[in-house]
Amino acid sequence: MVVHMGLTITDERADAVFGALADATRRDILSHAMGGDLGVSELADLYPMSFAAVQKHVAVLERAGLVRKRPEGRRRVVTTDMDGLLDARVVLDHYEELWRGRVARMHDLLDDDDLPS
Amino acid sequence: MSTVDITKDLENATLIVTSVFAASPDRVWRLWADPRQLERWWGPDPYPATVVDHDLRPGGHVSYYMTGPEGDQHKGYWCVMEVEPPRRLVFEDGFADATGEPDDDLPLSRAEVTIEIVDEVHTRMTIESVYDTTADLEQVLAMGMEEGIRTAVEQIHALLAEG
Repeated sequence: MVVHMGLTITDERADAVFGALADATRRDILSHAMGGDLGVSELADLYPMSFAAVQKHVAVLERAGLVRKRPEGRRRVVTTDMDGLLDARVVLDHYEELWRGRVARMHDLLDDDDLPS
Repeated sequence: MSTVDITKDLENATLIVTSVFAASPDRVWRLWADPRQLERWWGPDPYPATVVDHDLRPGGHVSYYMTGPEGDQHKGYWCVMEVEPPRRLVFEDGFADATGEPDDDLPLSRAEVTIEIVDEVHTRMTIESVYDTTADLEQVLAMGMEEGIRTAVEQIHALLAEG
């Protein structure tokens, strides 16, 4: 676990990020992603490997949280822009906790059914 | 022991909540369809809900308010879209202003509840909610933070009481 500026980074997350960056092609894809205007097919054209191989590299970067695919018309643009996701993450984390509580209370109510009155 | 599975889809701002109950589908349905049951689980602990109107029909409305620790009230509503007892319920939910009017043109979420038989004694409830991340979240987040702080304080008290 790494704690930096109040933010805790798990070993799992650190492994994913460093693993993603440990490959030259992925580092190159990441630098293109900072420009945020190339779709997956356009990226694939840049490298002497199969489309599937490039897709796999992008997937590794996605799982590490370093890039995401932003839909733009029929293209899926590979980008480092996380702003949209941050909002969704905050919202979903909150609602996840809310629903955990709600379902727990539902189970409590049903357990009450079994108690002698 | 009860478990709840939650899957998050960030790109689509969707949450899928699944839990299995040792109860019949009718009994699980009643958690939603009986306002006196609904108000016992809908609001988080520091904000218990009181259900005022509860009309579970397509086009119907549910209105409720949550009462906070300072006596502050937060009104909310459901717009009911589909109802198929005891299997399916679809509604939009959001906050309402003091007069009960929806606070925003945008509801906070659209929820689809599915209740299905697992076996003779078990029922699975699935809730798929799609959230509008551009809706005004301040109130929601403020309530969430308050709950978090409260839980933390309670835990500290409990630890100190252990000695």
